[in-house]
Amino acid sequence: MRNLCVSIACAIILLSSRASGGSDLTPLLARIKAVASEGKGNPAASAALKELIKQGPEALPEILGAINDASPQAANWLRSAVDAVADRALSGGKSLPVKKLEAFVRDTRHSGQARRLAYEWLVRIDDRTPDRFLPDMLDDPGAELRRDAVAVVIKEAQEYFDKEQKAAASAAYRKALTHARDRDQIQLIAARLKKLGVEVDLTAHFGFINRWQVVGSFDNKKGVGFHTVYPPEKGVDLAAVYKDKDGVALRWQEHETKLPLGLVDFNKIYGNLHGTTAFAFAVVTSPSERPVELRASSNNAIQMFLNGKQIFGREEYHHGTRMDQHVGKGILRAGRNEILVKVSQNEQTEAWAQTWTFQLRVCDHLGAAVPLVVEKK
Amino acid sequence: MVGEPMTRILVAAIVVASCAFGAAVHAEDSPQFRGVGGVGVAETPLPVKWDKNENIRWKAALPGRGLSCPVVVGKRVFVTACSGPDQERLHVLCYDVASGDKLWHRQIWATGATVCHQKSNMAAPTPVTDGKHIYALFATCDLACYDMDGNLVWYRSLEGDYPTLVNNVGMAASPVLWKNRFIACLETSGASFAVGIDTATGQNAWKVERPKVINWVTPLIIKNHGKDEVLFQGPSDVSAHDPATGVKLWSVAGSFSTIPSPSFGDGLVMAPGGKMQAIRPPSGDDKAKIVWENAKLATGYSSPLVYRGLVYTISTRGIVNCADALTGRTVFSQRIDGTFSASPLAVDGKIYFVNEEGATTVMQAGAQPKFLSVNNLGDTFLASPAAAGGALYLRSDNALYCIAAKK
Repeated sequence: MRNLCVSIACAIILLSSRASGGSDLTPLLARIKAVASEGKGNPAASAALKELIKQGPEALPEILGAINDASPQAANWLRSAVDAVADRALSGGKSLPVKKLEAFVRDTRHSGQARRLAYEWLVRIDDRTPDRFLPDMLDDPGAELRRDAVAVVIKEAQEYFDKEQKAAASAAYRKALTHARDRDQIQLIAARLKKLGVEVDLTAHFGFINRWQVVGSFDNKKGVGFHTVYPPEKGVDLAAVYKDKDGVALRWQEHETKLPLGLVDFNKIYGNLHGTTAFAFAVVTSPSERPVELRASSNNAIQMFLNGKQIFGREEYHHGTRMDQHVGKGILRAGRNEILVKVSQNEQTEAWAQTWTFQLRVCDHLGAAVPLVVEKK
Repeated sequence: MVGEPMTRILVAAIVVASCAFGAAVHAEDSPQFRGVGGVGVAETPLPVKWDKNENIRWKAALPGRGLSCPVVVGKRVFVTACSGPDQERLHVLCYDVASGDKLWHRQIWATGATVCHQKSNMAAPTPVTDGKHIYALFATCDLACYDMDGNLVWYRSLEGDYPTLVNNVGMAASPVLWKNRFIACLETSGASFAVGIDTATGQNAWKVERPKVINWVTPLIIKNHGKDEVLFQGPSDVSAHDPATGVKLWSVAGSFSTIPSPSFGDGLVMAPGGKMQAIRPPSGDDKAKIVWENAKLATGYSSPLVYRGLVYTISTRGIVNCADALTGRTVFSQRIDGTFSASPLAVDGKIYFVNEEGATTVMQAGAQPKFLSVNNLGDTFLASPAAAGGALYLRSDNALYCIAAKK
């Protein structure tokens, strides 16, 4: 009964919107974009979606456009509408508005996800679509479109390599490296370039920080340290002397890691400790103010702070690690910036639970290293 | 010939199917992880022998990896998958049972973390269907409800709702349905809870806290003295809750596994762990209690099977152990080839063990191990098999197989 009432309300809204001359779809899209946590707004969104799906394929650009400023939850509702409308049109023998969809894909003001979705429907109806689009998309702000464009260059490079045209292969791989943002593509390119005698410094390429000031170890028995605000979290003074729970003096020391991809191994600095916490601190200078992502990975509980503000925290131990698994978003100021990382090790005794490490890089939203200088102590 | 114990199981399966899922699901279907009731038992006979050329009704390519079982209702089979460099594409696919034709394919973008153990992936939980809707939960804690034609009815980003709801080994517990409740047990070291979600709206009907320990065990719905109960198995207890409200009804303390899921048969809950523990639910003044234990029945990833008075388990390294279901007394141990993640399936007096290397060993059910065939498809199978309407469904990372006589 409740759903029926919501459906009727949506139909009335749709009719009144048409009568007032506004976009037919605006009220329906607004109801879908209003979905909130714990399913709030779901009944209204569900009813709106039913109406939306009844629209013809000419509605696709507007539905796609609504993804631009939608929450991640609402974006999934909207992509379902796009798929249902397009599916229904094609199975009913209708055509999609190809010109409008192509214009949508080429307009980089739209969200990368929405453009990619439109692109995939174009590919569905014309398998020559990639040939028309991808050569111009090496610098695309959409991660997936850019990835496919880079893949084309990697394929070309491999073909040169297979024909033993090493100079052409090397040039093509370098081109691909310039534009690639996904770690698997970058690692593949670096491996191929190595075969061609070209070494790529992946630590620098990805933007990993490999020189830190570190201090430890603070208590984390029974996990208390993760939640305890230790002095470095209140402000870093590299000359300060702290005390651990036994009164032992703790001082900052410089640590430059030679491990791949800027991996910092606290066990190598402090010994194989358990129930413990350490900090790593770096000052970086940026030529301009810009949004950045601090991307870290660790098998330990980790917190990241940028300029004194916590931008990420995860209390999880030894549950798996992958490069860039943790992302904290913030604004890098022009000039001096402070990055503080807190890494807590628990008390597990299993052989697989002994790592106490982290790696961290500073990059843009696509994963490209941002220009900055890491200060020495 | 269907014997007395089999009749009881069939009746129980039909009762569970009609009560838990509604009239749109029948005992012939396989609506959830391990089929009707989640116990891995079906009745319509399956082929005993097949290979790449024989008794493959159809084979459909999949767009990505998955550990989830196919689910089948009526003329449709559903399966989930994930793809993309970080498994950020989540797929729900629907195929025609008879032809294998893809009827629809929907995708959502992952909103939760996609880090996991290399053996797992984001399409680990098995979807569940009531015959009117398909509810697809992913390891990212994205949850989508579609109608039978692939139209989204509602969607939830559970990690969006509860940001610490994540484990970097990979979530894998499958959901279950009870009447108008979609029930999932989502246990992590951060947010950790069981939730009953209104199937009409996707909104929480109830939510109860669970231990903050990662856990991959699928809930089990049992009928205890005429009342439905949903069981959650955690590392230190098995607890029963009212599926309508989430209210805790009873529990049994012990040491239980956080990977294989419990099963139910002959009035006993088979709760795996370092040893198998058989729990008799409370009855009248008798509290719930562990009535027997058997360390030989320990498993790695796969869940136990209770069938015709016997309980079967298979270890990761291929040891089939069988015990009397009522007493726990070991009946036999027998090694078969392969490494095993999938749970065994019983159909028409036969037991199907699917190994990771692509071979399915078919064994005659009973106290004497009698092996009928080994059927190798040369693919990698970690997902548990599903049986419905006389067809066996196996899914690998690349393909969905329908094994049945061609129509």
